Amino acid sequence: MPTPFPFSAIVAQEEMKLALLAAAVDRTVGGVLVFGDRGTGKSTAVRALAGLLPPMQVVAACSYNCDPDESDTWCEACRARSANGGLKTRRAPVPVVDLPLGATEDRVVGALDLERALTQGIKAFEPGLLAKANRGFLYIDEVNLLEDHLVDLLIDVAASGENLVEREGLSVRHPARFVIVGSGNPEEGELRPQLLDRFGLSVEERTPADLAGRVEVVRRRDEFERDSAAFAEKWKQKDAQIRRRIVAARGLLPDVKVPDEILESVARLCMTLGTDGLRGELTLIRAARACASYAGAKQVSDAHVRSMAAPALRHRLRRNPLDETASTLRVQRAVDEVYGA
Amino acid sequence: MITATALFAIDPLGLGGIAVRSPPGIERDQFLASLRSLLPQQTPMQRVPAHVSDERLLGGLDLAATLKSGQPVAARGLLAEADRGVIVLSMAERMQPTTAAFIASALDCREVVVERDGFAMRSPARLGVVALDEGLADDEQPSAALLDRLAFRIDASVLRSAAENATNYSARDIAAARERLSSVVVGTALIESLCSAAGALGIDSLRALIFAVQAARASAALASREEASELDAAVAAQLVLAPRALVVPPAPEQQQTQNTESGQDRPDAKDPEQGRNVSEHDDIVLAAARAALPAGLLDRSNESQPGRVKSAAAGRFGVQRRCVQFGRPAGVRRGKPAKGARLNILATLRAAAPFRRLRANATDSPAAASRVVVSVRREDFHVTRYKHRSPTATIFVLDASGSSALHRLAEAKGAVELLLADCYVRRDQVAVVAFRNKGAEVLLAPTRSLVRARRELSDLPGGGGTPLAAGIEAGRVLAEALARRGATPTMVLLTDARANVALDGRGGREQAHSDAVSVARRVRAAAIRSLLIDTSPRPGATAQTLAGELGARYVPLPHADAASLANAVRLSSGRGP
Repeated sequence: MPTPFPFSAIVAQEEMKLALLAAAVDRTVGGVLVFGDRGTGKSTAVRALAGLLPPMQVVAACSYNCDPDESDTWCEACRARSANGGLKTRRAPVPVVDLPLGATEDRVVGALDLERALTQGIKAFEPGLLAKANRGFLYIDEVNLLEDHLVDLLIDVAASGENLVEREGLSVRHPARFVIVGSGNPEEGELRPQLLDRFGLSVEERTPADLAGRVEVVRRRDEFERDSAAFAEKWKQKDAQIRRRIVAARGLLPDVKVPDEILESVARLCMTLGTDGLRGELTLIRAARACASYAGAKQVSDAHVRSMAAPALRHRLRRNPLDETASTLRVQRAVDEVYGA
Repeated sequence: MITATALFAIDPLGLGGIAVRSPPGIERDQFLASLRSLLPQQTPMQRVPAHVSDERLLGGLDLAATLKSGQPVAARGLLAEADRGVIVLSMAERMQPTTAAFIASALDCREVVVERDGFAMRSPARLGVVALDEGLADDEQPSAALLDRLAFRIDASVLRSAAENATNYSARDIAAARERLSSVVVGTALIESLCSAAGALGIDSLRALIFAVQAARASAALASREEASELDAAVAAQLVLAPRALVVPPAPEQQQTQNTESGQDRPDAKDPEQGRNVSEHDDIVLAAARAALPAGLLDRSNESQPGRVKSAAAGRFGVQRRCVQFGRPAGVRRGKPAKGARLNILATLRAAAPFRRLRANATDSPAAASRVVVSVRREDFHVTRYKHRSPTATIFVLDASGSSALHRLAEAKGAVELLLADCYVRRDQVAVVAFRNKGAEVLLAPTRSLVRARRELSDLPGGGGTPLAAGIEAGRVLAEALARRGATPTMVLLTDARANVALDGRGGREQAHSDAVSVARRVRAAAIRSLLIDTSPRPGATAQTLAGELGARYVPLPHADAASLANAVRLSSGRGP
C-alpha cells in the first residue's frame, strides 16, 4: 500500500482537520462529509487520518472488532465466547475502510462464503466491508456517485448501528457502528437528504486563495512525490503529537463540562436557524465538547461552539435547494447574532 | 520544441496523462505511435473502450477458472493489468461518469481497491492515461474529474505540429531523462512563479499546479539540467497551465482590465500578485502561457453553432428501451436469463452452493456425483438488475430579446427557478439556452448542480433582436445530445415568437420567420417533446403556428407569473402539479 500523506503536513484546511479530529475524539459526533472543489486534498486528508489514529483493543478472534470492555455491543460469537470463559484480546489499528466505487452489494453487507460452500459444503457467512468498518471509519470517496441501492443500505445501517443480512439462506446480524466519512464535489451532483442527515458534520473545502498557501501546498506535495518515505519520516513527530492529543482528549472527554448557558445559547442558535429536530443541537454540543477536550479545556466555551457551528449545522438548515452556498453565511449570521459579532 | 508527449513519456505517473481532443485520423495515430516509441519497450499500453464494464475494468470473478477449479478465482481488471503502463481511453467523452471516477480513483491512489463478487483485492495500478476525446460540441467532454487529473490537454492543431516534432527526441533521451528525474530540483522561486501564473490565468485547481511543477521537472530532466530553470517553467506553463486558462491574463501594459470574469467565480480571490513584486520570472512564465492560449478564448463559450446539422439517424434512441441489460448495475434478483437479462454467475453459484451435497447425493451414479463441483438448477438462476437512468432533462430556451420586455425575462427566470426546485427533488437535469441580438447562447450546459444553474441565471442579460431560429436550433442540438446520452429531453420555449433575426444573423422579419419555421420542423422530426409558452402581451397566431410546426403544446400566458409557468411545464411533461 502506498505511503499516505502525513496528516500534519496538510496546509490550512483547518475546518476539515478539526472536524475529522472531533470525530476521532468522540465517535458519537457522527460522520464527516467533506465537500469541495477538485484538487483540494479531500481524500488526502481522510487517508492521512488513518495513519494517525491510536490503536484499540479488540476481541482476538472476532471478525467485527468487538470491544472487550463493552459487552452490550458484542456480536453473537463474542457473547458465546465470553460464556465459554474469557475473551482473548489484542491491539489492532482502528479500521479506516475504503468503500470503493463499484463495490457490489455482497461485499458491502457480506454474503455466503462461496469458497467454503463450494469446497466443503459449509454454509458460512463471509463478512463484508460493514463488518470490517465496525468501530472504525468507513470512507466513501465521491459519495455523490454512489449507487442508489448502496446508499439505501448505508442509510439503514448507519442509523441502526447493526447490519442485518438476510440472503442466500443466511440470517446474520452483527454490530456495524462506524463513522461515515464521505467526500465529493458538489458540481457532480447532490446528496440525498436522508444520507446527508447521517453525517454529523459537513465541511466545505476551497482551494487556498493566497499565493503563499498555494505555493506551500505544491512544495510539500512535490517533496512527498519525490520521496514519500523520507517525507513521512520528517512529519512523524508532528503526527505522533496529534495522536497523543487525541488519546489525551478521549481521556478528558467525560470530564468536560457543558455549562447551562452554553446549552441555552446553542438552543437559541438552532431556533434562530430553524433547524429540524434536536439532532443539530446534539451534534453541535458533542462536537464542541470534542473540540474543547482536544484543546485540553475542562469546560466548553463560546469559542468551541463557534468553531463547530458551521460544520454541525450548515447541512441541517431547512433548505432552499437553490441556495446551497449561502447556508454557511446563514449559520455565520446566526452565530454572530447569538454570540455577538 | 518540447512536446507533452515527451514529458508524459518521462513521467507518466507524476503527470497523470494527456487528453487528446481530436477526431480520429493519421495525426492521432502518429501521436499514439510516437508515444509508444518513446515509452520503454516493455510498458503495457492498453486500449480501453468507453463502455467497458465494471467487472472488466476493476476485476472480479474469473468464471472459467472458477468453474474449472471449483473454487472462486479472481480475475484482474484492466486497471491492474496496466500497472506501470498507459491506458488509452477511446471516446473518452462518451464514458460514463462512474467509469471515469474509477479511473480517477486509480490515478489518485495508484492502486485499485476492489470489493466485488466476494473478493477483496488491492492491486497496484500505477498508470498514465491517454484520453482520446472525439467530442465536437462544447458540452461533449470527458468527465471533469478525469480531465483534472491529466496534466496535458492537446487538440488537433497541437497534434499536427507535434507530428512534425516527433523525431526531436529518441527513446534513449527519454530513458536518460527518466533516470535523472528524481534528482532534479525545482526551486521555491520557480514554484511561486508557476503559482502566480496560474492565479493570473484563473486556474483554481491545485492539481494543475502540482502537474506544472512535475512538468517543469521532467523538462529539466530532458535537458539534463540539475535544477529546473525558467525555460522549464515556461514549458510547463505553456503545456499545463495555458490549456486550462479561464481568463486571458492581462498583458503587462493593461494590468487592470479583463479581470471581470474570474472575479465572478472567485469573489474572495484578490489579485494574487498583490503585495508582491512581480519578478521577471513570473513574466516569462506568464508570457509563455499567454502565447499558447487559443485565440478568442473569451468568445468560446459565447459561440452559438447555428446550422450544425446532425441527422436524426445518428442518435441512438434504441438504447433507451433495452433497460434489462443496459445502464448501471442495481443489484441482483432471482430469475431466468431470458429476454436479454444477463445471468449473474456468482449469485447463481451462491444460490446453488448450499445444496451441493444434497444434490450430489441425488444424482444417479456415485461416480458422477463425486465429479460434480456444484450442480446448478433452474431455480438457482439469478440475473443482474440494471437500472437505466433515463433522467428527464428540461431545456429552457429563453427569449432574452428587447421585444420580450425585461419584466417578462424576470418572470421566465422565476419560472425556471421554481422548476429547478422541482428538478432538485427528482434529480433531473436542466439546461438553459438564451437567445438575443444575433444568436443563441448555451447559458448553462445540462447540469444537476443547482448552484451553478442559479449563478448563470442570475446574470442573464436582456435586450436586442430576436434570433428565434438560432434559439430553437441551439435547443434542438442540446436536446439531441442529451437524448444520445440516454436522457429524455423536454424543450421549453419561452418567447413571443416575433422573430426578426434570421439564422445567419441578418435582420429581416420574413427570412427570420421562415428560418424559425424550418428549424421548428426539425425539432418535430426529431420527436423532441416540447412546450411553447407565448410570452407576448397579446397571444397571437404567429406563436400558435410555430407551436404547430414544433409539435409543441401551446400555452398562452399573457400575464404569466412564475408559479403558473412552472405549473404548465409540469403538466406538459406529464408529471402533474
